[in-house]
Amino acid sequence: MFTQFKDWYQNRHDYAKDWKARTGGKVMAYMCTYVPEEILYAADVLPVRVYGSHEASDLTEQHIFGMYCPFCRDCVAQVMEGRYDYADGVMIAQACLHMRQVYSSWEIHKPTEFMYYMPFPIAVESPHARPHLVAEYKTFIEAVEKWTGKKITIDDLDRGIEILNKNRELMRKVYELRLLDNPPLTGVECMHMTSSSQMVDKREHNQALEKLLKELPSRKTDRETGIRLMIVGSECDDIEFMDMVESLNSTFVADDHCTGSRAFWNSVEPEEDRLLAIAKRYLERPPCPTKDTTKNFVRFHHVMEMAKEAKVEGAVIIQQKFCDPHEIDIPLLRKRFEDNGIRTYFLELDVTVPIGQFKIRIEAFLEMLRADELPF
Amino acid sequence: MSDIKRYKTEPLKCWGKAKELRANYYKEYKEAKSKGGICWSGGAEAIDVIPYAFGDDVHSLTAEPYAAAIAFDPEFAHRCESALESKGWARDMCAYMRNYWGSVLIDEYAFGGPFPKPDFNLQSGFCCTHAKWFQVLSLWEDVPYFNIDIATIPFWKEEFPNRLQYIVDQMHESIEFIEKVTGRECDDERLIEGVYNDSRTTSLWAKITELNQNTPAPLDEKSMYSLYVFTTLDRARKEFVDFYEELYAETKDRVDRGIAALATERFRLMSDSQPPWAFLRVWRYLEQFGVVSTGSIYTIGLEGVWDIADDWSLTPREDLKSRGVELKTRDDALRAMADWHMRRPIYAMFYNADWKSKLMMQYAKQWNCDAAMLHLNRGCEGTSLGIMENRAALIKTGLPVLTYEGNMGDDRDFDEGRTIARIDTFMEGLGLKKLT
Repeated sequence: MFTQFKDWYQNRHDYAKDWKARTGGKVMAYMCTYVPEEILYAADVLPVRVYGSHEASDLTEQHIFGMYCPFCRDCVAQVMEGRYDYADGVMIAQACLHMRQVYSSWEIHKPTEFMYYMPFPIAVESPHARPHLVAEYKTFIEAVEKWTGKKITIDDLDRGIEILNKNRELMRKVYELRLLDNPPLTGVECMHMTSSSQMVDKREHNQALEKLLKELPSRKTDRETGIRLMIVGSECDDIEFMDMVESLNSTFVADDHCTGSRAFWNSVEPEEDRLLAIAKRYLERPPCPTKDTTKNFVRFHHVMEMAKEAKVEGAVIIQQKFCDPHEIDIPLLRKRFEDNGIRTYFLELDVTVPIGQFKIRIEAFLEMLRADELPF
Repeated sequence: MSDIKRYKTEPLKCWGKAKELRANYYKEYKEAKSKGGICWSGGAEAIDVIPYAFGDDVHSLTAEPYAAAIAFDPEFAHRCESALESKGWARDMCAYMRNYWGSVLIDEYAFGGPFPKPDFNLQSGFCCTHAKWFQVLSLWEDVPYFNIDIATIPFWKEEFPNRLQYIVDQMHESIEFIEKVTGRECDDERLIEGVYNDSRTTSLWAKITELNQNTPAPLDEKSMYSLYVFTTLDRARKEFVDFYEELYAETKDRVDRGIAALATERFRLMSDSQPPWAFLRVWRYLEQFGVVSTGSIYTIGLEGVWDIADDWSLTPREDLKSRGVELKTRDDALRAMADWHMRRPIYAMFYNADWKSKLMMQYAKQWNCDAAMLHLNRGCEGTSLGIMENRAALIKTGLPVLTYEGNMGDDRDFDEGRTIARIDTFMEGLGLKKLT
């Protein structure tokens, strides 16, 4: 049922090259889920999010100092390996320092015909961020129009919004099924779905989702749900890790990370000013820790709501090593979970995952959760 | 040894004044509340002229220099770091933030007594730690908090009115915030005076550091680390403007009279990033080889304001009054201040490795540097952004480059013996032997 998504995820570069050949369109490799994909779809450009490969590489040391996160190092390795050479453009919506470094190294060593740094606001809750971001979108649109030679009209923006919203709406429906006592999908399958949505033409992704939603509600799986887990943290497409956890009589039924729900959770609410509508969507989405900076702790509220709704029994808190914004959040977030009766386990991830060691630790965590059920 | 050229040296006359000013700064913050004043805290990026406008009894605690002061005392720093680590925070986070947080957690002020809780926190930031630093602190301290997001592309690179307006709008709102939490009204005349002062302080620091282009260098970087701090403390204060006027005149006089920072100067270095504060003696070790460290993009451009030309050449930016900028309203003042501070070279460090490389190459040229010594600083992601790209770019120009790992705020990440061994090898490669 999820084969198509898995195939897209695993063969993302082949897909993008094929898409270019099929459509004659341009591909934009992008960093960070704050990039307004609506505008790229309006311009008939395929946005492809830059991921790592989880393979060890010796190509990064000369470009990035060792205390930068494994994800950004892995991304730079992909760029230097030439795996994104098909990209016609590269952009970043301002995120953490680590991804800024990826963009910088890309610009120095493998510049494409279109390089764009969008200074996305940090103060997403500020009322002043809206007009600022709308103005940034206008500047961006002008640059994209110049690059593609295509004028972006209101109809184009509406089309972009519709494609993205459809994708979000369909994936939200899949996420609703994760709330069931016996969810018809695993966390790994869900991860293949959400990750691939950041790599392929969302129109095709939407078709696959519609097909999936016809079959998924009545799907009977041959596995027990086991302990209901949530995975929370920074970028996470560590399929092997998730697969290992779910092999131990547990299922990830919720997530908060940018390769999962955080990227698509809310939709663009229609309004006359399309750019303002898009701006509001990105400013009001579940925030990355880099943008959750006020005493409101919006991210924590969102995560706890998700956890409660999904009847989560335990939370696996993951973090890309050296990620300061997550490191700042984690002790406070763990306390929130614990205060709400949800136990947590923390793991620090690197480019490759030490599955053996992590398995022992996760087994112990799950055993601790099950201990509550023992009759003594 | 008699062949070695020796320059005349003199101690800095204003050194004692610098020490006194710094001691007073931390004392005034501590005593502000007991004297009926207001105390607040924020980072070096905070736009401190805004609280300045609320009276001369308003005193700040600037987070980074305070954390550096903690780092200078490893025993105290270890207690701060341990307190934080025991609560689950990682030891690879921003070292300044960890030292500051730790000081709050153990409730000890580095300058004696319990940690003086601020009345509010006001921060500005462009890295991913700046704003979160005070988000958590404000939760612990249970004090109001306002952050001004200044994470826009630096104006010296590209100019877009919305980016300036975004910052100005937030500055206006921050005034309303302070009025609400203090019950005081903003004194716009004082704000305007403060903006002029701030621009004078930061322009003067650029001019002072420009003088180090001379041979012999009138200042050594270790001393500059003690002198640049006033650009981060409370830039708008008249006493800091006056101090820099004095320091500028004295440094200029040293240049005119050929007074050196290092008598045996024969080789000029540039550095990078914040230093490992607990090990400033490394700079003195370099002097044994006749090596003077002239400064860095960080030292001159953390708060020094420069005009950056299309060819990346650096010229100190004349202060607002000298430029004939007339400030009549609150909006004039805020707009001028936002525009002013967005011109600092430090932005290049936090945004774009290529921009920083170009600035560093230009620095090497203008300050006549023979080599570079780059600190791979585990304590600051911002100043480490792109540092390996910078290294490669400098080497490509033919400049010898030494890197060493360390941490500005946490001495546990610095191996002094290994660093000295690397310096020895580097010097040997450059054909430099110890002179003493």
